[in-house]
Amino acid sequence: MHEQLVTCTALTKRYGGKTALKGVNLELGRGRIVGLLGPNGSGKTTLIKILCGLLQPTEGAVLVDGQGVGPYTKSIISYLPDRMYFADWMRATDLFDLFADFYQDFDRTKAMNMCASLGVTPSDRLKSMSKGTKEKVQLVLVMARKAQLYLLDEPIAGVDPAAREFILGTILTNYNEEGTVLISTHLISDIEKVLDEAVFLKEGQITLHDTVDSIREREGKSVDALFREIFRAQNYEGGAF
Amino acid sequence: MDWTFTDDRPIWQQLTEQLTVRILKGEYPPGGRLPAVRELASQAGVNPNTMQRALAQLEADGLAVGSRTAGRTVTEDAAVIEAAAKARARAAVAACLEVLSQLGYGAEDALVFVKEELHHA
Repeated sequence: MHEQLVTCTALTKRYGGKTALKGVNLELGRGRIVGLLGPNGSGKTTLIKILCGLLQPTEGAVLVDGQGVGPYTKSIISYLPDRMYFADWMRATDLFDLFADFYQDFDRTKAMNMCASLGVTPSDRLKSMSKGTKEKVQLVLVMARKAQLYLLDEPIAGVDPAAREFILGTILTNYNEEGTVLISTHLISDIEKVLDEAVFLKEGQITLHDTVDSIREREGKSVDALFREIFRAQNYEGGAF
Repeated sequence: MDWTFTDDRPIWQQLTEQLTVRILKGEYPPGGRLPAVRELASQAGVNPNTMQRALAQLEADGLAVGSRTAGRTVTEDAAVIEAAAKARARAAVAACLEVLSQLGYGAEDALVFVKEELHHA
């Protein structure tokens, strides 16, 4: 087992003339819950997609558990995309079959139990489910795997505040203890207390990577407050609000 | 009792305080077993590593005793619990005096206020 779970070195990604990531260096250990925090368009999804092999970096290298992105890393990464990618005629149980076929570490019993506690009926078709319920199904699929790295792209954006608490609880109680969870979001106040570490991404660069406790200790304020301070939108010139 | 957190300090410190209060109130009685880290973390909705750190502090304070096999229990040492309760009481009085001094009241006034309040109660 490699010491660091994730190592990104001088990672750069350009989409044509637009640079999404600029020389990102990032190391993530094992057994943590890490928040990937940044405003819209700061490169969060790009970074996650590179880690799970959906995008190729323009420059730089990524190692997951000491290996380059490939079949092995995909087998130990459980990825929750920022949008739904399943056909809507499928039932949650069909998806469980699919995941059981694709991933050795998928635990169907756990998936069924999680559905029960989240109030999802697994025999319903996706098209009959609300947006929030679909998100719950996706989360169940992802968290029912015993993966080493969970990449959750905006897992709580589409659900109501009460369900958010519940979903965070589900993440907390279901992640593999040696595994690391990387959660991207801009809803920081909701997830702050479940995080070990926070990574701030600004315009494609990492501006801060520290534990939540030491940020609070040093700054005397919450990560959410610090985030608002760093990323406060500049007022339109001359147009005072 | 619910778990509440403020923004200005590390969460583990606030957890240690709230666990201490629970012990002092007898919610976790002396010699009684504390719930497991994961369970406490899930109750409070916090990361298990954060709860672990809070419990480690509780052990360092002498209020909890850890054992490798039996989990953590509340100390049976009444003197330790008593000392922790007194420390909290002193801190509460100090905070109260601080507020009074901001309002311009001195020590003598404070005593008068306390006596009046006790008389009313």
